[in-house]
Formats: sequence, structure tokens, C-alpha cells
Amino acid sequence: MSTAPQGAPATAPQGGPTLLTARGIDKHFGAVQALYKVDLDLPAGAVTCLCGDNGAGKSVMTRCISGIHAPDHGEICWMGEPVSIRTPRDASHLGIETVFQDLALADNLDIVQNMFLGREIVRRGFLDEDSMERAASKTLAELRVTSVRSIRQPVASLSGGQRQSVAVAKAVMWNSKLVILDEPTAALGVVQTRQVLDLVLRMRDNGLAVMVISHNLNDVFEVADRIAVLQLGRMVVQGPASDFDRQSLVDYMTTGTSSRRPAGSSDPDGAVS
Amino acid sequence: MARVDADPLSAEPSPAEPTAPADDPTAAVAAADLVVPPALVAQTLPEYARAWGARVRNGDAGVLPVVVGMVLIAVVFEAISPSHVFLSANNIVNLFQQSAVFMVLAMAQCFPLLLGEIDLSVGYVGPLAGIVTVQLVEPATTNWPWWAAIVVGLAVVGVWGFLQGTLITRLRIPSFIVTLAGFLIANGVCLIVLSFGPFSGYPPLAGTSSNVAVINHLMYGTIDPTISWIAMVVVVALLAVVLWLRDARRRASGLVAPPRGLTILKIVFIAIVGVVVVAICGINRAHFGTIEGVPWVIPIVLGVLGVWMILLERTRFGRYVYAIGGNAEAARRAGVGLAGVRTWCFVLCSMTAGLAGMLFFSYLGGASNNINGGQLTLYAVAAAVIGGTSLFGGRGRVLHGVLGGLVIGGIYNGMFLLGLAVEWEYIVTGLVLIVAVAIDSLSRRVR
Repeated sequence: MSTAPQGAPATAPQGGPTLLTARGIDKHFGAVQALYKVDLDLPAGAVTCLCGDNGAGKSVMTRCISGIHAPDHGEICWMGEPVSIRTPRDASHLGIETVFQDLALADNLDIVQNMFLGREIVRRGFLDEDSMERAASKTLAELRVTSVRSIRQPVASLSGGQRQSVAVAKAVMWNSKLVILDEPTAALGVVQTRQVLDLVLRMRDNGLAVMVISHNLNDVFEVADRIAVLQLGRMVVQGPASDFDRQSLVDYMTTGTSSRRPAGSSDPDGAVS
Repeated sequence: MARVDADPLSAEPSPAEPTAPADDPTAAVAAADLVVPPALVAQTLPEYARAWGARVRNGDAGVLPVVVGMVLIAVVFEAISPSHVFLSANNIVNLFQQSAVFMVLAMAQCFPLLLGEIDLSVGYVGPLAGIVTVQLVEPATTNWPWWAAIVVGLAVVGVWGFLQGTLITRLRIPSFIVTLAGFLIANGVCLIVLSFGPFSGYPPLAGTSSNVAVINHLMYGTIDPTISWIAMVVVVALLAVVLWLRDARRRASGLVAPPRGLTILKIVFIAIVGVVVVAICGINRAHFGTIEGVPWVIPIVLGVLGVWMILLERTRFGRYVYAIGGNAEAARRAGVGLAGVRTWCFVLCSMTAGLAGMLFFSYLGGASNNINGGQLTLYAVAAAVIGGTSLFGGRGRVLHGVLGGLVIGGIYNGMFLLGLAVEWEYIVTGLVLIVAVAIDSLSRRVR
């Protein structure tokens, strides 16, 4: 049932050097084993899509990386060095930012205030609104989030896609190297989904490692350089996106195996296209 | 700032360029379907006025309802009060003194309300500070200097607020329950502290002691008209310079800023209010002899207002208060220490209420067990909400509390002038509160 990938590649098959390597991650909640010895590689300059059915452990895996849960066993290496990520602050210090599905924006605050929440620039005891506004608008411009006409509008007045853009901009502003997006398009319409996927590609082109969790196969094939599939807490396969088609991906997500793909190619090392 | 400058995105902007033509149409489509508050893109004063109208129609009325309410109260009571005394200089100053306790209590209540919590204890915790202070300055017993008595009074209720805040944040007991218990306990403690000394429970603020006089003057002391004028001009000039420089700097560096006309309008408005207040207070309001000049209580209320506005709107602490009220989970994930900020809000609420308690006994001319704490608590919440502070957290300003307190004081004063019994004051205040909360809920629904 499980065809766990073997070995730890020095460089990932796609993109730049591997930024984050997780090996043998176990996590249980009470009697429920959420993750069994999960291995995951996240290379810089590539979009890795983490796929899986409901309850496959995608969110738990994400939380282990972003410092919300501590794994029971296993090792996470960051740029080759073993690290311990105990809190979201630890993750931020390494350069890991997570955009959660609920976005974690305060509706009553404006865009600048949300982007700097918890990391305000303070000068002589008072908020330095001018510097924060300049930095926020610079980041938004670099991500070409142009549809937001004023960055002083409250987040309550933004559309779903714009909110997602603000949450992403908040994540990339802090010199981050890995951005994790949990179901970024789940609540969005066609146009807004397009906006967010473009944003994902732009982050990749700027050299960031991006991990996207998604149910939506259209989105996955649109942006993924690499695909990793979890099923019932096990990593059943990971490799270049070109190794997968819709049918095989659905097979992996639902049964953990696919007859459409030669058994040998489930090893990510041998799967370079 | 260095971290922001070192943004990886600025390092290599070129790879993103080729995709530009592809997503431009998308951006255009997206721009069409979004709602930008027009105020933020308005460049001129007429545009700004239109934008403001649009905002009000969209349910973000701000201070408009309470200002309309104040004008209505002024017009109605002036028309129907016997010999039209409502807007006489004497009565306006009197009204401000009657409202001061409600205004300060409402500002206190703003801290928990902004968090989406409530503090029901202010009705007796506030007076407790006043009782402690009055007892300490009594020359017959402790005879403390006035400033030490005030500091200790505020410290006592500060600790009280800290305990309440700790129970609410660390033990996760709802603030409604903790502060309801605090209300009852403070009532008892007030009576105990009142019974100390040879005053039969009524320590007075009379006599020749200078320390007693200072506490008595919190409400009734007046500032010499000449000094009032000079002080007013200095304060207005300072505010004008600060406002002007800030807006000008933001306009110069291309940040979101109001048009020049609006800045001028604000400054002119502040100056007019300053002149009118000092002019009215400068009229002799005594029937015999002379009582003129700005009462102490006005700079006290404005001082509290100014300090709390700066704290809530210009500091990191204030930003966190609003963030917790808007989305506590987001604030927690952003690394905000929720428990600390929440506890401090209850401390500041109790201490601000404590100042209101001192003003209350200064108004009464001494401490007594004649405290209707339930009414004080309910009026504090009512004043904050009438002023436009949301009960649901995250929206409101201390300024709203001051305006709401003025509305409640206006109703109280007008009803009294009409010779109506206290039951009508309660009924009218209750109706005004219903209208205010209805406006709040309706505006939320529009959003």
C-alpha cells in the first residue's frame, strides 16, 4: 500500500537546492496516528504541492513544519542543518511563513496594519506608520498586487482574492525563504484563483520555496513543479509534477498506489524528467 | 527595516517580468469587482465629502449618530426647557460637570469593549478609588498630601483590575462573571472603607485643608479666564502644528493622506471648539459674586482623552487591543501576548474608572454610601455604546465614550430642567441606548 520514497537527495529533482528536508516525521494525537514516518523535500525555487484526501495528514504535516505541532519523532533539516521548530516564532526566524486557510487577518485593521501585525515598526515608542506603509506598498508592488487601490482600506472591504494576496504578501515580506499556503484557492472564484496562482508562480520565480496544499487538481497541475501525496498519514509518493497525470494522482490520493505509473518511478531520484 | 529591505523579492525582479502581460487583464477584471472605500482615493475636499457620504450609507457612520443625537438633545431641550435655560452658559458648564463622570467611565469601558469583553465592576471599583482618596486626605485622620492619596486610590483599583484581568485571561472565566463578582465585592469593600474614621460613613470634602480642597476642586475648581485663554491657544496651536506637519509629510512622501483642505478644516474645527468652550466658561455664572473660568474637570477629561487616544491609536499596545478585538486568533498567531494585553486593558479600565470615582465624590462634595453603582456601570456601557463603540469588539474610540457621556449627561440635565421625575430619565436613556445599539447592529449587517 505504501511506497515510501527512499534516500535523501542532495538536490531535489526540480528547482534549486533542497531548503527543507523532513525525515521520518511521526505525529500522533492520543490514539490517533496522524503521520507515519513521513519524508518530505522542499527545494528552493520550486512549487511543491502536497496532495491528499481529507484526513490524510496534510494539515498536521504543515503544522509540524510551521511550529504549531511538535513532531513525536523524526528530523527536520533546514539548509542541511538539523533544526527544532517549536513555535511559530522559531519558524519565522528560519524564514518559514505559513498562510493558513483562514488567513488570520483582522477585519477591522487595514492592510498595512495586518501585514505588520506582531512586528510593528516602532520609533521612540510610537508606531512608525509611514515606514510601515512604505514597506507594505513596496512588497505589494513587487508581488504586483495592483488591484488593491489603497493599502489603508480595512481588510473587511477586500474581496477573497485580495485578502489571500494580503496574507501572502504578509508572509513574503519578512525575508522568508519558504512560504506554505494551506488551501489558498478553496474559497475563491475563477478570477481570484487566477490572481493567487499567479502570485504563487511569482514567488517561485523569485527563488522562494513554496508549498501549496490543495484539493483542486486544476490548481495543482497549474502551479506544481513537484507533487507529494499523503494517504492516511503516509507519504505514498513524491516526484516531479510531470510524472503524474490526473488519473494517477487521484489513484495515489485515494488508494495510495497507481497502476498507471511504473512502480520504479515512485522513487523520486529515478523520476527526473 | 533591514529585514524588509533584504526582501528576497527585490533581489531578482527580472524573472517575474515575462509574466506581466499575461496577468494584466486579470488584474483589470479583479479591480472592477472590488469595493474601495472612496475616502481612501479621494484627493480633494468635495471628493472627500462625497466619499464620507458613501461611507455613512455603507453603515460606517462613525461619530455621526452621536453628534446628531447631541444636536437633537440640545435643540429639543432648549426649545422646551423653562425660559430656555438649557443652552445658557451656566447650564452648559453644569452639564459638562454632570457628564464628566459618565464620560470618564465610558472611556474606561472602551478598553474591555474594544477587546469584545465587558467590565461590569466599574460602578463600585471606580468609587472605591474615590473613597480611598477622600479618606486619605481627611485632616482628622491620615491627612495625606492630595497627590499621594490620588496615587494610592488609583493603585488600589489598578491592582483590583489586575486581579480581575488575571482571572479572566488565565483562568478563562468570562469577563461578565468575573466583573459581576467584582462589582458585588467592591460594593462591600466600599462600605467597609467608608466606615473607617470618625465620619459615620460620610467623610466630607469640606474644611480648610489644602489637600481636601484639591480633591474638592477636581470638579468645581476654576482656572482664571486669562490663563484659560492662553492655555487654550497653546494647546490648539500645538495640535494644529502636529496635525499639519504629519499630514504634510505623508502627502509629500506619497502615502495615504487626507487632502489639504480637510486638514485645515480639522484644525479650524478644533480652534472653534476651543474658543467656544473657553468663551462660555469665561462668562460669570454666579448669581452672587463671581464664578468664571474653565472648570478643572474640562482639562482633566480632555487630558485623559488625549492620553488614551495616543495609547490606543499610536502605540503597539493599542494596535494589539484592536487586533485582539478584531481577530484574537490572528493576533495570537502573529505572536501577540494575548493574556498580557487583555490583563492590562482591565487594569487601565479600573484605573480610569477610579479617576471617574474621584470626580464623582468631588461632584458630591464628599464620599458617602449614596452610590448607585449599578447605574454608574450601566451608564458607562451605555455611554460607550451610544458614542459608537461596538459591543462586539474591535471598533470604537475613546472619543466615542466622551461624546456618549455628553449625550447621557444632556438627557439627565434636560429632564431635570423640565422637572421630570427620575423615572423618565431612565426611560429616555434606555430608549436612546436601544437606538444606539440598533445603529451598531444595522451597520454591521450592511457590512
